[in-house]
Amino acid sequence: MSYLDLLKLAAPEAIVTLTALIVLVIGLTTSRGTVVAGVSPAMPQRRAIDTTASTVVCSFVAALGLIVAIGAMLSLPSHANLFQGMLVISPLNSLFMVVCLVLAFFTILLASRETPNYGEYLAIILLATIGLLLLVSSEELLMIFIGLELTGLSLYLMTAFDKTDIRSAEAGLKYFLFGSTASAFTLFGLSLIYGMAGTTGLAAIAEGLAAQSLSPLLFAGIVMTLVGFAFKIAAAPFHLWAPDAYQGAPVSSAAFIASGSKVASFVVLGKIVLVGFGPVHGSADWHAMVAGWSPVLAVLAAFSILIGNLVALVQTNLRRLLAYSAVAHAGYTLLGLVAGGRAGFSATLFYTTIYAFTLIGAFGVVAVVRRETGGDNLQNFAGLRARSPLLAGCMAVFMLSLAGLPPLAGFFGKFYLFSAAFRSGANHGLLWLVALALFGSLISLYYYLIVLKVIFQTQGAEAHLLPSVAWNGLSNLTIAFAAAIVLFLGIAPQFLVARILAVLQTITIL
Amino acid sequence: MIAWTIYITFAGAVLLLFLPRAFSRWIALLTTTGTFAISLATFFCHDLDLAHFTTIVRVPWVPALGMNYHLAVDGISLTLVLVTSITAVSSVLFSWDVANSASGGQLLQSGNNPPHQSASRSGWVTQPVDATGCPSAAKRVDQRSNEFFFWLLLVVGGSFGVFLSADLFLLFVFYELVIVPKYFLIAIWGSTNKEYGAMKLTLYSFFGGALVFIGIIAAYVTAGSLDLNELAQFRFTPQLQSWAFPVLFIGFAVLAGIWPLHTWAPTGHVAAPTAGSMLLAGIVMKLGAYGGLRVAMNLFPQGFQMWSSWIAILAVIGIVYAAAVALRQRDLKFVIGYSSVSHMGFVLLGLATANVLGVSGAVLQMFSHGVIGALLFAVAGRMIYRRTHTRDLDELSLMELNRALPFASFVFVIASAASMGIPGFSGFAAEITILIGVWKTFPIAVWITGAGMVLVAAFTLRALKRSFFDTAVEEGQNVKGVTTLNREALEPITVPEKLGAVLLMFATLAIGIYPKFLLDRIVPAVEAMRFLKTGG
Repeated sequence: MSYLDLLKLAAPEAIVTLTALIVLVIGLTTSRGTVVAGVSPAMPQRRAIDTTASTVVCSFVAALGLIVAIGAMLSLPSHANLFQGMLVISPLNSLFMVVCLVLAFFTILLASRETPNYGEYLAIILLATIGLLLLVSSEELLMIFIGLELTGLSLYLMTAFDKTDIRSAEAGLKYFLFGSTASAFTLFGLSLIYGMAGTTGLAAIAEGLAAQSLSPLLFAGIVMTLVGFAFKIAAAPFHLWAPDAYQGAPVSSAAFIASGSKVASFVVLGKIVLVGFGPVHGSADWHAMVAGWSPVLAVLAAFSILIGNLVALVQTNLRRLLAYSAVAHAGYTLLGLVAGGRAGFSATLFYTTIYAFTLIGAFGVVAVVRRETGGDNLQNFAGLRARSPLLAGCMAVFMLSLAGLPPLAGFFGKFYLFSAAFRSGANHGLLWLVALALFGSLISLYYYLIVLKVIFQTQGAEAHLLPSVAWNGLSNLTIAFAAAIVLFLGIAPQFLVARILAVLQTITIL
Repeated sequence: MIAWTIYITFAGAVLLLFLPRAFSRWIALLTTTGTFAISLATFFCHDLDLAHFTTIVRVPWVPALGMNYHLAVDGISLTLVLVTSITAVSSVLFSWDVANSASGGQLLQSGNNPPHQSASRSGWVTQPVDATGCPSAAKRVDQRSNEFFFWLLLVVGGSFGVFLSADLFLLFVFYELVIVPKYFLIAIWGSTNKEYGAMKLTLYSFFGGALVFIGIIAAYVTAGSLDLNELAQFRFTPQLQSWAFPVLFIGFAVLAGIWPLHTWAPTGHVAAPTAGSMLLAGIVMKLGAYGGLRVAMNLFPQGFQMWSSWIAILAVIGIVYAAAVALRQRDLKFVIGYSSVSHMGFVLLGLATANVLGVSGAVLQMFSHGVIGALLFAVAGRMIYRRTHTRDLDELSLMELNRALPFASFVFVIASAASMGIPGFSGFAAEITILIGVWKTFPIAVWITGAGMVLVAAFTLRALKRSFFDTAVEEGQNVKGVTTLNREALEPITVPEKLGAVLLMFATLAIGIYPKFLLDRIVPAVEAMRFLKTGG
């Protein structure tokens, strides 16, 4: 294996890295230093103020780099395996690498001129994207951990990037502290797994574990590994960072955390538990639980659905509301993994993908409204219908899809997930979890409708006090496109389901 | 051809969003009239096999999961499509100048009821007073009329979809599709306590939907198919049927207003705008009953046998209880709302009998109540409330409305007579068929229901008398702070209102005089259903 071959197979990652460096250089060379007030008024800081031209160039280069990377993805061979699974190219991995790149592309379109030091900000988004690509394309524990860390560190930075907002710093610190603790757990868990199985490749781990029974040590390793991922996907009770991060971070960072990071985490979590830990599946059936990872995930799912939905009921800030709803949705999505098998995994992948597009659109609307009205509390959205019918319509699509109403993608996604969960297990053992998830959906409809009520129905004086929402060409186009995707995948889910099922055919162990 | 009812309706809804507002009501009228023409034409088209659930469209949708875009029709579906289109046409006619409630002008001599106040009651003042200092009511109305008709057509189109779906998943998609438009119709254009009513209705519907969801998944996962005709042949284990049937049936019956899960209905009906109430009573409540019949009973016949007497008990309680509650209401719309629950109790009772007469009568009652309920709400919400701005029976009784609005009082008399079950109207034909069916299965229920019917007559007559025919007090005399009506200020009944009312009255009379027209198509379709064979 020559380095040239390696470069060919890792072309998407290489292209994104190169783009990140170029964007960084452009940002550094074109910005001018000025004195502006810092977090504390007593301490003026020198801060780079970006010129419009430089931000446009930065965005353009970053977007172009991502498009080229997607192009490079499509020209990769369909199967390749480097260094015992460190870099695996398979239809499944390629599909989700493309999804991650597309989500990063959307994020960059939405990010336009949100923060100072725009070049650096875009460069960090691109670095996070590389982390996601590594995460998705690797089937080896060490490499997965590196991907997790690269993503995590970039996301901590992105969260804390808005230096004019003290909330952003707080969110970044919280995210970092929780995240690094969770990483430590994961690393410890992975080392235990390595000790038991004697290898770090996922397929080899499965073989190693098949020979032994579930010892307490192995179980500890599994639980610790899952802790790290539960943190990543914001499953309760490891969700405490999410509300602050979603609310405090620059909107585009929050969108990326909620979409790209989540998709990649679910893909790799699915591969770890279903492929690597396949032999110690256990069972989460009611009254017939068998120790293994699936009851652990089932408990996480149940907690997430309950806590996420109940706490979301009382939120008055839309971003916090989305954060708690994200916790609940992590719970729904876990249902597919608990169910296991090809149907369960494909349901999880479908759901997490459409969820990512829904949230990126919803955060896009939040970004526009925040730019125009200076806030993202619910009252900032009052009468949005009159101010911008397009945004209001798109928001309705996103909220109703999250609530799981037809003809939107969320409805089909839930049906697919719940039917997969219902089917698995002996004698419909997962009915308890399905019923709980439906109960959660019922609760969630209330708060999503409250959002829509504020947007569509609040009228009169208070709406006039707020400025109208101007036409933000690129943002609106991106948001409308996301809404179109959600609607399209609701009406023609076959488009994605067939692809996911086809790529899962290649994983024989399922 | 009947499938085009769905396509036309949704196409009309989409068109509404893109065309200027001036056209909106014409598009809505054209669309609904088109569906009415189609469904009526299908009734007279004899080359369709209405005795069986005959496939008309079948296209693969998500082959990986066995979902098809599969539409079918039989006599039951066609009857319900017909009543849906009739109600839709008349509800468009009754919202011809939607939300333009401001144009009523000064009605009460002392009543401080300028356009602005009534507009804010109807719920959506987005424009400030314009430069001339006069709030331009007509303009404000037109601002959202296309949105109003958009949601309205979504409800109608979704209902057509439910009645014609032969794929369980497709049916559920359409069923859930109806939920959100209802919320917006009520929360934006409604009146009295509209946000509460809208949210309650939506959450109840969604709760029912969640139960249905479990039942559907259970059937789908067990039988591995979503095709209703295939599922109807599948033999589910009695153990599955014993729990899946009640889950599925209750889930659907929430929307049909089964006691004790009926409480969304009166509040929802009262809060809704007139067209919304008409759709709720005329169409949406039928979705639940239809789902119970087509899905729950037909798929799980043994489960149905186990639970049918419980359903009958709930239905009888519903009939009597709702009628008794209606007797005590002061708000005219609440009276009608509870009467809807009572009438839907007859439908559920008919279904529970599990014999041809009872079930056919239930379907006929669905048609009949759709028409009569819509008519009652049209009179109460549109003809009376929009002109007098009150629905309080005590206040109405002072207004001597039979002289002020002779046409409205004529319509209300007809509607009340039909609602009470006077022979010659569709209500009588349907209820007598149901009761004969009930006599065969649950004789005791007939006696209780008979008492309930007396209550129905009592509250209907009471509402009729208080609203239209009470002795007037001296003009100008002030009772309880309410002043008498300035009769000349009442806007006369408009032509669209007359047309809508005539259409509905014609429907109830025609079916009352010649029920065979519908029964000839309903009975064979009912006879083809599985639970009858197993039951017999």
